[in-house]
Amino acid sequence: MDDASLVAALHAGDEGAFRDLIRLYGPGMLRVARMYVSSRAVAEEVVQEAWLGVLKGIGRFEGRSSLKTWVFRIVANTAKTRGQREARSLPFSAFGDEDEGATVSADRFLGDGTRFPGHWAAPPASWAPLPEGSLLADETMQVVQRAIDRLPPAQRAVLTLRDVEGVEADEVCNALDLTETNQRVLLHRARAKVRAALEEYLQ
Amino acid sequence: MRLERELTCREIVELVTAYLEDALSAADRERFEEHLVFCDGCGNYLEQMQETVRLAGRVTEEIPAELEARLLEAFRGWRP
Repeated sequence: MDDASLVAALHAGDEGAFRDLIRLYGPGMLRVARMYVSSRAVAEEVVQEAWLGVLKGIGRFEGRSSLKTWVFRIVANTAKTRGQREARSLPFSAFGDEDEGATVSADRFLGDGTRFPGHWAAPPASWAPLPEGSLLADETMQVVQRAIDRLPPAQRAVLTLRDVEGVEADEVCNALDLTETNQRVLLHRARAKVRAALEEYLQ
Repeated sequence: MRLERELTCREIVELVTAYLEDALSAADRERFEEHLVFCDGCGNYLEQMQETVRLAGRVTEEIPAELEARLLEAFRGWRP
């Protein structure tokens, strides 16, 4: 269903259309909410509040952005407001718990005393020979899922929006108040960790 | 004439996302691509990152049933 038909269905009180929407965006919304609030329970409250905001504002939705982007912007703003009210919000701010440094372990590369410092000591293997069935097997997808779950909140929110939900970079920057560079750094760190988890599992 | 030295593999892996996002300068993009021509390890790394993105796009999750029930109840009480 396109955005205009979805909005019309919501207006008409179509519960099935609403259920499809919350099933589609709910999990990603929870991850975004967790970027700003301290617990899963509060994140669920934020998601509920955000959907009420979506319904209340649906008459003003003009289709300038996609419905998806609009919904994620609302949940991000709702979560931000809620996070500011939470006494413990500070350690959970966008960058409070994010890490720094190299995304690939130093021991994968040759050291300074070698002929080719900084080049691969243990190069990654190609995944091309792996059958599609093993890449998309439930177990592999669980490895991806668990790696995403373990990411620090801001990295998890950015990777979820960009790679799981397919939201454009500029929309993510806008919704999460990130600069282009910060968004890219968070995405890079997040992807590198999920890749490492996959490499470990697939080798 | 090329003044910049070649990129190392350790540097390449940190530039992969900027490369995929088309955020490298023209000069850096060229150095990145030149490195890939002779380095299978970095070629594999780039492919693995692209595959990671593809698999992330296949992740499907469910919202907690109890939250879904609360939302549906809220929807029934909502009048446009």
